[in-house]
Amino acid sequence: MFAEFGYGVLLVSFIVAIYSGVAAVYGAVNKSAPLVESARRAMLLTFPLISIAAAALIYLLVTNRYEVAFVYEVTSRSMPTYLKITAWWGGQAGSLVFWSWLLAVFTSAVTLRKWDRDIEFLPWVIMVSAITLTFFLGMSIFFENPFARFWLVDGNVLPSMFAPANATVFTPQDGQGLNPLLRHPGMVIHPPMLYLGFVSFVIPYAFAMAALITGRTDDRWIRITRRWSLWAWLFLSFGLVLGGRWAYDVLGWGGYWGWDPVEIAAFMPWLTGTAFLHSVMIQEKRGLLKHWNMILVILTYALVIFGTFLTRSGVLSSVHAFANSPIGPFFMGFVTLTLVASVALVIWRWPILRSETEMKSMLSREALFLLNNLLFMSILVVCFWGVIFPLISELFTGAKVTVGPPFYERATAPLFSSLLFLMAVAPLSAWGHSTLQTLGKAIWKSTVAALVVTVAFYFTYTQNIGALVGFFLIALVLFATVHEFWRGTRARQKAQGENFLTALSRLMERNRRRYGGYIIHISMALMAIGILGIEIFQKETQGTLAAGEQLNIAGYTVEYRELASWDNQGEGVNYTRAVVDVYENGIYLGQLNPRIDYYFDSQQNMTIPGQRSTLRDDLYILLVDWQPVSTIGATFKIYVNPLVNWLWIGSLLFLAGVIFAAWPDRDPSEEPARRSVARDSRQPSAAD
Amino acid sequence: MNFAFGKNYLRITFYALLFTILTFAATTVFAQDDTPTDDEVNAIAKQLYCPVCENTPLDVCPTEACRQWRELIRTQLSQGMTEAEIKQYFVDNYGARVLAEPPRTGLNWLVYLLPPAIILLGAVFLFRSFREWTRSSQAETGPGGERSETSSPSKDDYVARLEEELKNRK
Repeated sequence: MFAEFGYGVLLVSFIVAIYSGVAAVYGAVNKSAPLVESARRAMLLTFPLISIAAAALIYLLVTNRYEVAFVYEVTSRSMPTYLKITAWWGGQAGSLVFWSWLLAVFTSAVTLRKWDRDIEFLPWVIMVSAITLTFFLGMSIFFENPFARFWLVDGNVLPSMFAPANATVFTPQDGQGLNPLLRHPGMVIHPPMLYLGFVSFVIPYAFAMAALITGRTDDRWIRITRRWSLWAWLFLSFGLVLGGRWAYDVLGWGGYWGWDPVEIAAFMPWLTGTAFLHSVMIQEKRGLLKHWNMILVILTYALVIFGTFLTRSGVLSSVHAFANSPIGPFFMGFVTLTLVASVALVIWRWPILRSETEMKSMLSREALFLLNNLLFMSILVVCFWGVIFPLISELFTGAKVTVGPPFYERATAPLFSSLLFLMAVAPLSAWGHSTLQTLGKAIWKSTVAALVVTVAFYFTYTQNIGALVGFFLIALVLFATVHEFWRGTRARQKAQGENFLTALSRLMERNRRRYGGYIIHISMALMAIGILGIEIFQKETQGTLAAGEQLNIAGYTVEYRELASWDNQGEGVNYTRAVVDVYENGIYLGQLNPRIDYYFDSQQNMTIPGQRSTLRDDLYILLVDWQPVSTIGATFKIYVNPLVNWLWIGSLLFLAGVIFAAWPDRDPSEEPARRSVARDSRQPSAAD
Repeated sequence: MNFAFGKNYLRITFYALLFTILTFAATTVFAQDDTPTDDEVNAIAKQLYCPVCENTPLDVCPTEACRQWRELIRTQLSQGMTEAEIKQYFVDNYGARVLAEPPRTGLNWLVYLLPPAIILLGAVFLFRSFREWTRSSQAETGPGGERSETSSPSKDDYVARLEEELKNRK
């Protein structure tokens, strides 16, 4: 009943989405206001419709309706209710509906707000959203139907939406249960965060396309979507960080990022998105780079779809799995079509996208922003090629190859280092014009301070050249950025006679994007400390211990005490938990409990490390193996991950920075989208 | 007789001792050479990928198959095979996908050469554009190329002062 109902509602929303797109185009072309209004209402209708379909799906998940194939795949009786709800995005079919639902939410939000102001853009925004929504709903309806049920035909069980001839519904006793790795809280929120980021980038893209189609190619579309882009970027970034944290906590390989294609798939739109956030400022400030911003937003959209496709089509395991998966070719086709159509639009509008001013100096802020874009694009090229190459190799030579961390690390380390350097220098340069002299004057103090720190590190921490270069660049970013806060605050203090804190907070409030951006830069430098620490200084050892025996690593001593194993029938898990004592240089620090959880329904293990985390390093102990009867004991793998905590601290500061930057301004006259052409082009500006 | 017994006794003791020492020595040699430590095994397994999983390094792969492959590495090490030989064994048996990077042969060169080539092209393109822009902006010194400058509502006296402050700072 609920399955047919849900499917029916999904079908209706599919038709409504198509209508909405067609009506929007017709209405815009024929200047028919009622038709455009009808398109808008249709788009608004998709939100409650898909919500109802999603509610039906959640109802099926929660009530153990295992005759539905999707419910069978992702839930089991032993799972708690909240996990059954979040299993909605735990499998392919459900996550596609989730995608559609988010897009309906965002598009509705856009069409509800400021309809009058953006009236010329909105029919086209609706069209772009409707096309995307139609595609994803179509995937759900025709290929990855979450409502398909099991049917028993002549002794065979097959999943299908509609009853085959002479078939009866087949209901398994219990489901397979969600992959235990996906039951971790980090993994419960990681996919929605990532998807929020993915889907909200559709909106800036839709406005960009609308700007191209209507010929209003000034920076209006950028001003309208500026906050959208920032929020989208926030969700995407946070989704990536959560994914890293989740990997660190449950994947049991001592790290947070393995340059896995699935990770890179989510990282690529982040790269273009970050480049876009920087380069739109050039267009707003100086009227330059209109073509480039269009290309960046198109690339971001294409990579969002491509990323969903990479993780969802099976193409990563093998080219042949891709060809056999029903949705792979359609995804590929959709990415290609939208890409070609968007680029064609850019070429069509090429002449009117010309810059309004000229680039004047290679050291100006805009020139350095362009360099930043080049670096982000370079990292993208490395990532894209690294992900794609194994497929090409398999396709042309039949030989499978792996492109793993050594490749990416070697290729991106200099690029990331250059980005750090730019992060220190670019904020000090002025819009329009800068010289080596002015730049040098602005940065020499920070450089000296950073050098002092580096020398101190040389004598106290490490002699590794790569690490020292990294620490120097990080220190340079930190000093230069903090100096910027200091300088602005002091200037304000002098001018306004305010005390330091008032001056600082007023300064920051005056220009949220600028100072939010600086906070983000500081957070990036902190994250870089963590990355440098684990990349260069990680240590590991492994050994099998009998009770009372010890393993030594990097000043730590780990002594095996005991091990216990017990079932939790209610949750369908067997826990095996070891107790180890931890000493540092002979001083007792406490006990840690690495464990292995075995899930009966999915027959999978989850390795939970015992962690002791400090600002200096993380002691990270994994229970690898144990002998149930014999006295040999248990095998432990121990990592010491120096400085990795700074990565998580940086992430929290990052969050604060983006929220600060994206927060609405208090003063309505500051609302940038409402400023018509107001711009300060000639002066080096501290206002932005 | 007594003496002979004593002599015999000595000889037996001597052989027994020799035997013990030899056995002991043999077992220690055995222990050192034949059972490489987990760390030695992982040092090699870390550089290899699980031949049947997707993108899982062999040293951290939790499957039973991978555990056996790690044991295989241990055996190979104890037989005196070098790191390179062991890696080659895995490549011969399971294909190049067990390596963390494609071997530098044939088509695989593309993976190493294409990104730097594209990045270089991008850099060259960017710097040429820079040169063009700066040259043309020097050529037309008039206000023609400048966009009109309207002061924004937010740009009040304070910011102008801050600008001055910032420009003239020491």
